[in-house]
Amino acid sequence: MDIFIQQVINGLVLGSIYALVALGYTMVYGIMGLINFAHGEVVMIGAMVALTVISMLSDSGLPGIVIALIGLGAALPVCMGTGFAIERIAYRPLRRAPKLAPLITAIGVSIVLQNLAMLIWGRNYHAFPPILPTSEHEIFGATITGLQIAIIVIAALMMAGLILLVQRTKLGRAMRATAENPPIAQLMGVDINRVISLTFVIGSALAAVAGLMVSANYSIAHYYMGFILGLKAFTAAVLGGIGNIAGAMLGGILLGLIESLGAGYIGDLTGGFLGSHYQDVFAFFVLICVLVFRPSGLVGEKVAERA
Amino acid sequence: MLEVTGLRVAYGGIQAVRGINFHVAEGEMVALIGANGAGKTSTLKALARLLDAAGGSVRFRGKEITNLVPHELVTQGIALVPEGRGVFPRMTIVENLQMGAYCRSDQAEIEADIERMFSYFPRLKERARQLAGTMSGGEQQMLAIGRALMSRPKMLLLDEPSMGLAPIMVQKIFEVIRIVASEGMTTLLVEQNAKLALETSQRGYVMESGEITLSGEASALLADPKVRAAYLGE
Ligand SMILES: Nc1ncnc2c1ncn2[C@@H]1O[C@H](COP(=O)(O)OP(=O)(O)OP(=O)(O)O)[C@@H](O)[C@H]1O
Ligand SMILES: [Mg+2]
Repeated sequence: MDIFIQQVINGLVLGSIYALVALGYTMVYGIMGLINFAHGEVVMIGAMVALTVISMLSDSGLPGIVIALIGLGAALPVCMGTGFAIERIAYRPLRRAPKLAPLITAIGVSIVLQNLAMLIWGRNYHAFPPILPTSEHEIFGATITGLQIAIIVIAALMMAGLILLVQRTKLGRAMRATAENPPIAQLMGVDINRVISLTFVIGSALAAVAGLMVSANYSIAHYYMGFILGLKAFTAAVLGGIGNIAGAMLGGILLGLIESLGAGYIGDLTGGFLGSHYQDVFAFFVLICVLVFRPSGLVGEKVAERA
Repeated sequence: MLEVTGLRVAYGGIQAVRGINFHVAEGEMVALIGANGAGKTSTLKALARLLDAAGGSVRFRGKEITNLVPHELVTQGIALVPEGRGVFPRMTIVENLQMGAYCRSDQAEIEADIERMFSYFPRLKERARQLAGTMSGGEQQMLAIGRALMSRPKMLLLDEPSMGLAPIMVQKIFEVIRIVASEGMTTLLVEQNAKLALETSQRGYVMESGEITLSGEASALLADPKVRAAYLGE
């Protein structure tokens, strides 16, 4: 089996998930200059809700795909509602406050959501029931599962849909206008509070899908999973250039690739001193490098803003 | 059409507008002139609900508008062309114009209006798909005016449309302002270029340190020795 190709496939899967989560960070940052550190918890809630529903239905005799879709159907509204509530409760009252204030409430919301999840679902790891067909396909000497293909394709479709929404629709224009200049957007008649709420809701819907994907991919979910995942997706968003939608997608995929190739070769590189469980190190190494050498990220856009 | 009484605007402790009264009748073009820091922009911002007034009343077509939320203003029929243009730099010309029509849903009419803006400002048509941020100041001013007209306003508020522009650009832009006014648009024109503003308008108000100190027919103000000395450099 070709290790390189295999790790590229794993990296693309991981990267697709990071990209979906990174979009939530970058959209919120783009529109209000705020890092929603509670976003990782929304992914966790999506995973937990989906997994709970899927576990309840796993013996129902329904086809696995249908069960997964029902699980997603439950996770979507819960996540969207959570995202909506986070903005209303933790950020909106602080719209005019110094930048540090909403950062602190973000961390507070994060802790509250984690503890809430712990109360509901306990501290244990929850196994994802084996409901999905486990088909394996050979490509270029490596294997890819049906689930992996599904993750990559669904993530790609959702990202394409998001780009269309932002670039081609009236709502997308209103979002970009609000991001560029909120008072002027208001002059045009844009209800910027509504646009901001919708941004959180859309980002949270992507998070719900990502939550289901991670838990299916690793066959596991846990009340604490949102923290590291959120931090990595945030890294991906910074890597691509925070605030930039294409950047978040690129950053997510790249980070997935870096991590999985790094994990695949770290043993060889360090003569067996470090094992693949050091995978997480790469994300934060990338974060530090980007912050030091190119804080604007890979797609840090520079459009002249002449007065 | 617009009735302003006792309008006050304050930034913290600083009184920028100290209880001014003025009005603009339907179909009229009125100039509001004054030196730097007189409070002209603050007045327009308060009218457009970008700022909360510290006191006073603003009635538009008989309706009190001082307490409207900002995004409702455009549906009342007021469009502001802000100081410094305020175009959306990372959106194309067409997208900027579409934003102007945000509260409308008559798609075919919107398309027709975009063409109308292009006929006012052919320069915009040549650059329809260009990002607004890459355009010259004069082109951005054209776009800002076009964008404001896209809402089909009943009243246009213009904040220094000539600011920082070459004379030829100023000419082109005022040509369109005159055309729009001649078609019946009610207009409040804020300018530092007092001569140009008064020559374009029917009436005028002179603002100094947050107060209106003179008002009258534009021609009378143009002839007024105080105005000539203070604003026309004579
Ligand atoms: N955001 C602000 N915070 C504090 N003071 C302000 C603010 N904006 C304006 N001011 C003050 O209010 C006064 C009026 O300013 P304003 O911008 O309304 O004047 P203006 O007549 O439009 O001047 P210009 O011709 O230079 O545009 C000035 O003294 C200015 O310093
Ligand atoms: Mg001004």
